[in-house]
Amino acid sequence: MKVKLKVKRTASDARAAGYSSYEIDAADNVTLLDALIQVREYTDGTLALRCSCRSAICGSCSMRVDGQARLACRAKVSAITRGDQDREITVEPMGNMPVIKDLVVDMDSFWAKVRQVDPYIQPVGPEPEHEYRVPNEAMIDLTHTMNCIMCGACVSDCTVLEVDTNFIAPAALAKAYRVTADPRDGHAHERLEKLSEYAGIWDCTRCNMCVEVCPKGVAPMNRILQLREMAIEAGIKNNSGARHTNIFTKSIEDGGRLNEVWMVPGSVGLFNIPRLIKEAMLPGIAMLRAGKAPIAQAIPPGFPGSHKISGMDRVRNLIRKSRSLKPPKPEVND
Amino acid sequence: MALKYAFWPGCVSKGAAPELYVSTNRVAQALGIELVELETAACTGAGVIQEQNPEMADALNARTFALAQQLGLPLMNICSTCQGIESMVQDKLARNPDYLAKVNVILADEGLHYTPGLEIKNFLWILVEDFGLDRLKAMVTRPLSGLRIGPFYGCYILRPSAILGKEEHPDRDTYLEQVIAAVGATVVDYEGAKKCCGFPLLTINRENSLKQAGNHIHEAQDLGADALVSPCPLCHLNLDTQQPAAKSVTRFDIDLPILHLPQMIGLAIGIEPKDMRLDHHVVSTKKLLGKLTAPAAV
Repeated sequence: MKVKLKVKRTASDARAAGYSSYEIDAADNVTLLDALIQVREYTDGTLALRCSCRSAICGSCSMRVDGQARLACRAKVSAITRGDQDREITVEPMGNMPVIKDLVVDMDSFWAKVRQVDPYIQPVGPEPEHEYRVPNEAMIDLTHTMNCIMCGACVSDCTVLEVDTNFIAPAALAKAYRVTADPRDGHAHERLEKLSEYAGIWDCTRCNMCVEVCPKGVAPMNRILQLREMAIEAGIKNNSGARHTNIFTKSIEDGGRLNEVWMVPGSVGLFNIPRLIKEAMLPGIAMLRAGKAPIAQAIPPGFPGSHKISGMDRVRNLIRKSRSLKPPKPEVND
Repeated sequence: MALKYAFWPGCVSKGAAPELYVSTNRVAQALGIELVELETAACTGAGVIQEQNPEMADALNARTFALAQQLGLPLMNICSTCQGIESMVQDKLARNPDYLAKVNVILADEGLHYTPGLEIKNFLWILVEDFGLDRLKAMVTRPLSGLRIGPFYGCYILRPSAILGKEEHPDRDTYLEQVIAAVGATVVDYEGAKKCCGFPLLTINRENSLKQAGNHIHEAQDLGADALVSPCPLCHLNLDTQQPAAKSVTRFDIDLPILHLPQMIGLAIGIEPKDMRLDHHVVSTKKLLGKLTAPAAV
């Protein structure tokens, strides 16, 4: 089978700054990693890449394939090209991390962020006489995050990290969930407080990119959402993120559809005058001028006359009864 | 075959982006697509209610699905976020029959019932898969041939692809490009097309949110875009309504109109811009409209 690759090279390799194109003849069932190794061994010994186990366990060979982070060892060439041997595959190093050479990136910032969340269980109180006993459901819930192989794919493609390098980012936040939600850990509250600060759980834009690129089903964003739920439940609500969730939910409970007018004041706080002017008033004036301001939503949710869809009593009944759908909380040592 | 859908307009088309609601109805009518609006349906939760109360959001969406099934119609939405959330809830309910049974007990109060298998489609998917681009091309009276348009998908119509029909429809991540080409415009290929507009962060971390919006607009404009087009009104809000703010945060010299998908279709099939409220944008569409040729007489 013919395999065509276009590989991003570091500028320091003067011979091949930019991209190098390769065309090789390989077995029909090769993975992208097989193809790259073949290039390095037989075509161009200067090509640098990182790999080890070749079976999606070690997490070494993450790179961007046609613009999206993947494990090269888990990507079949024929699947990428959908059988079109003339289709060139673009291979680039992971994003959001400095490139050392070609497809090899420096993952120091990745590891620093994982360490930042204290990624180990910290029990409190006396140790049990025998082993810790935890309910099955709690551990099943944690299996997602236990699958993480620290490959960096989610961090590579994180859209928030692109604009803010302080963001703790998906891998470390998924790890934070793994320890915070573990029934044996005794520091959930402090952890959630810290995670609710700037650069933590509320700074995720929920773009699903990490869910899409994770090769192991960790779905980091979903773990971030679980952490948000835990933080609110723990009463850690004095931040824009929790306030936003609160006013949003309240608005639906009140009127069935979103009251957009009150989202900003409800999130930044009614007494935060500078932010209100900048974030609510100025855009509000521009919207009014464009004829886009939803005048019908001028009355805040919960007040008489606020905007409602028809049949709201039925929606309210449904919302009230939906509380019965909540799964019971697993407990430790029960 | 006549196309007919239960229509979930979403919150934003009924609120801060009324031009989307107006243009959707106008264009659907012109294309001969019949829409039966679900007036009593409630918000999908947009992933926000889910942060605090996923079960409430599941129940609200199951109710919307049941309302569509009561009409015996597939469900159409006009928002990438609605599509993603609806698909996620649909997937969750299908995989958890015991949970679904409990949800149905609550729905029974209103005489409603949800059976997994409802077809849920954004207008973009309907255009390509149900209506057909050849049919659309045949209706174009004012080809947008002088225009360079960048696609902006909105995260939730693309990801997670596993629950958004990737198996059955592997090309859904190219539909916007296909539609832009079908109406005669030139596609602007830029990195931001499938990234996040930043809207969910707007009230939480405004600077990051506006940087995301500003970066994408700047990148597309730098590559010669005359406009972006999106099937997601949340993206529209950040890219259009917040564009002046994004300009001051990023200091990029940006001025790029952001079209709703139906508005772009409408322009190409000869609908008057004001009938789709193209004058109701924060970023003026005047310059863009000036580049259009007059529609051919029908």
